[in-house]
Amino acid sequence: MTPAAGARDHLPPAAAGGRASSAPLLGRDTEPTLFELSRPGRQAWQLRTTGVPELPLEELVPAEHRRPSPPQLAEVSERDLVAHFTRLSHRQFSVDLGSYPLGSCTMKYNPKVCDAVAALPGLADVHPGAPASCTQGWLELLVELEEALCQVTGMAAATLQPAAGAAGELTGLLLMRAWHESQGRPRSKVIIPDSAHGTNPASVTLGGYQTVTVPSDERGCVDLAALRAELDDDVAGIMLTNPNTLGLFEEEILDIAAAVHEVGGLLYYDGANLNAILGVVRPGDMGFDIVHLNLHKTFATPHGGGGPGAGPVAVAPRLAPFLPGPRPVRLDAVDVDGAGPRFGWETPEHSIGRVHSWHGNALVLARALAYVLVHGGDGLRRVAQLAVLNANWLRTRLHGTYDVPYDRPCMHECVLSAATLKRTTGVRALDVAKRLLEEGFHAPTVYFPLVVDEALMVEPTETESLQTLEALADAFERIARQAAAPGGAELAAGAPHGTPVGRVDETRAARTLVPTFDARP
Amino acid sequence: MADYTPHTEEEIAAMLGVLGLDGLDDLFAVVPAALRLAGGLDLAPGLPEPDVMVRMGGLAAANRACGPDLVCFAGGGAYDHEVPPVTRALASRSEFVTSYTPYQPEVAQGVLQAVFEFQTLLARLSGVPVANASLYDGAAAVVEAVNLGAAASGRQGVLVSRGLNPSWRDVLGTFAAGTGHELEDVGLEDGVTAWGTATQPEPGVVVVAYPNYLGCLEDLGAVRRLCDRTGALMVVAFDPVCAGILRSPGEWGADVVVGEGQVFGMPLSFGGPYLGLFACGAAHVRRLPGRLVGETVDAEGRRAYVTTLRAREQDIRREKATSNVCTNQTLMAVTAAVQMGWLGTSGMAEIALRSARGARYCRSALLAVPGVEPLSTAPVVREFALRLPLSASLVVERLAEEGFLAGIPLDGAHGTDERGLIVAVTERRTRDEIDAFASAFEKAVR
Repeated sequence: MTPAAGARDHLPPAAAGGRASSAPLLGRDTEPTLFELSRPGRQAWQLRTTGVPELPLEELVPAEHRRPSPPQLAEVSERDLVAHFTRLSHRQFSVDLGSYPLGSCTMKYNPKVCDAVAALPGLADVHPGAPASCTQGWLELLVELEEALCQVTGMAAATLQPAAGAAGELTGLLLMRAWHESQGRPRSKVIIPDSAHGTNPASVTLGGYQTVTVPSDERGCVDLAALRAELDDDVAGIMLTNPNTLGLFEEEILDIAAAVHEVGGLLYYDGANLNAILGVVRPGDMGFDIVHLNLHKTFATPHGGGGPGAGPVAVAPRLAPFLPGPRPVRLDAVDVDGAGPRFGWETPEHSIGRVHSWHGNALVLARALAYVLVHGGDGLRRVAQLAVLNANWLRTRLHGTYDVPYDRPCMHECVLSAATLKRTTGVRALDVAKRLLEEGFHAPTVYFPLVVDEALMVEPTETESLQTLEALADAFERIARQAAAPGGAELAAGAPHGTPVGRVDETRAARTLVPTFDARP
Repeated sequence: MADYTPHTEEEIAAMLGVLGLDGLDDLFAVVPAALRLAGGLDLAPGLPEPDVMVRMGGLAAANRACGPDLVCFAGGGAYDHEVPPVTRALASRSEFVTSYTPYQPEVAQGVLQAVFEFQTLLARLSGVPVANASLYDGAAAVVEAVNLGAAASGRQGVLVSRGLNPSWRDVLGTFAAGTGHELEDVGLEDGVTAWGTATQPEPGVVVVAYPNYLGCLEDLGAVRRLCDRTGALMVVAFDPVCAGILRSPGEWGADVVVGEGQVFGMPLSFGGPYLGLFACGAAHVRRLPGRLVGETVDAEGRRAYVTTLRAREQDIRREKATSNVCTNQTLMAVTAAVQMGWLGTSGMAEIALRSARGARYCRSALLAVPGVEPLSTAPVVREFALRLPLSASLVVERLAEEGFLAGIPLDGAHGTDERGLIVAVTERRTRDEIDAFASAFEKAVR
């Protein structure tokens, strides 16, 4: 039963659901490695009884190919293995633990139903090389997801193979290259704004193009005049994120698209920030020709501490013949009685080739489809609305405490700056980040985008409550206040306290490289 | 409509009030009106979770999963090895699953230490001293190895054994369109690479698989000599399970070792997410693609871990980065660390040995079927290639009806026609299953 609005006025204040300050972190001891837990002769593995004849190794592998002795890994009991990795998990911040306002990473809550879907044996235990007659469910799932992603982006067709955003970028650039070559004009340059993610220029190089950087104007958007000055018939295309990495919508997008298309270039949409515009405006309608999506951001598939992701690439009709193959497709009604398979594989006529060993990060794709099905069109639109609402509320609240370099309505994230704080107190963006960890929040992205001094890029996402935003804002304000108090700089420089380890010496790690346990001095 | 947003209508109204806005649509006033979707997305209305489970369950039911009803003898880069409950449980801990790339090491020691242990385990297994934190899959690892090799040698020419997984070879070709690498395929003779037929006088990189796609053991000593003679880097795509009993690529002199790590605790998953393995000699560490975790100390001198040599990476070097990799497959690396911890020294050798025994037994049984011939006489470990008396795809379809996933049909690139089939046997196959498979096989090839 819903209480009347009047009754709610008398509710006590709600606590913040996204503050992790009560997480129990036991003790201050170093967790030993697997190798230190090892004792020769211990064994955790148990394998099936097979009855297969037990030939000796010498009869199976010729001497010149045989390993002289087994690889020395670690020898631990199952009990110690579980305790070790459980303790490691306790030394790890996660979305499930608390708010993770890491800008540009869209660390929203990852619905558990999607994990349940990915664990279905009918999905998880299917061999990727099985004939299509055995994989009709998977093919239908992939076709349905492709259609949904095309609807969300306003594009005609998509490949689901790229395993992450950067893989999608490179796939998109190779599509761009194949297109221009088919037009008989290879071209050599790709334009990128100075606020772009680092993956963009790195992908451009691997795509065989030169990067041309265009500056942002005083409003934080692409400088249209500077862009026009770079445009000629040697420009293959432009890579844009919209909203851009400052969290601002590129309002002149239609003029940008017209200008790039006029010289025969293509528009590439970096989908890192798609969460802001779901169901509100579509890249295809803005004039983009190639779009990658980060399903591990916008579609809530868990990021796994650095992957797996999924970076499908959707394209306009004229680029569809170049997509990677083989692609899952609906088959025409071959059998009149409908008895034959309804889905199959098809390689597009001018395909650039495969970009993945198999069909992409399939279980991530299954999670994304479940997310789409739960939300529907209206639900996805509400995701964008509330993500943008949360970011603007936070921007408005923190304005004055921190600098807001581009002070106008933002989309899904806002970029603050600790420049004034640093000048007046000596406390830097990095220190603010470390202090937030002590406060029970993950830090925002710091020192990015590069065009903002002492940048703090905050993306609260739509799944954080008003109470969590208030607690986060309180923490930001407390940090600024304490920075200005006597001893504030020392307090900040010593942060974080209470975390599993204190401030980590990154310089030493790079100077004296210890990449494995065996390389320890 | 269902979603996971916590906002009450009163809270939304209050927040809009703070912003001086009347409605949620006003948040998008900066978007040109002509661009705003008038009717919303043309997608079905949202469904409650239980309904979504029914729908997805229906799709799952339309597949034939490997298990007692479809006993798996297929490999080709994806193998049905044991995934114990302990690995499933630890790899699905939500602290590992729902965290981002460890940008704040003080609250990411769990993932960082697990990856450090993974790097150590992979280095020990591959026989070279440095391993990265993972790449997307085996194909991506080969692509990055060739990029590293070309940069290190300063040469664009690449000799690629036809024994490399053909999908990986396809991916290599796709990305060579951007990098300009000149790929030359070197064909097989009796199951192993005929390096003498290569025409490039000075390749920068040589790529070989061990065992190769037909399951055969290549002469890596000959590859090392070829690389010494030409100055090329030696890239070995190794099978990390077979490595439990085979000489390590490092011992054979490999400069870069790559592979597919799905075999370490990942279900078949219709091909992903899998795990790209990448390891190399210390000389190449500054060209390493992707993330690398290193040990260091915190402010109090306690042991700590952090991603390191960051100056190689795209977010700092931008267009001059060694690779564009950002998000990789960290959760799969953590999974592999758990699985390798579970296997340990003895288990790693044991699954390789048991797989080799099963493959030997199965190969003999299938070769006893009239009309079935070996595709080569070279030694094999877990997988082997056959020439059938009729189309391999047809045989696979027929055997699927009988409850067996018989293998992966070969394409024309391996000196065979449509009658070639590769069959894999892991430690999970029993003698009874193999006997039943052989007897069904006999009927299927008639």
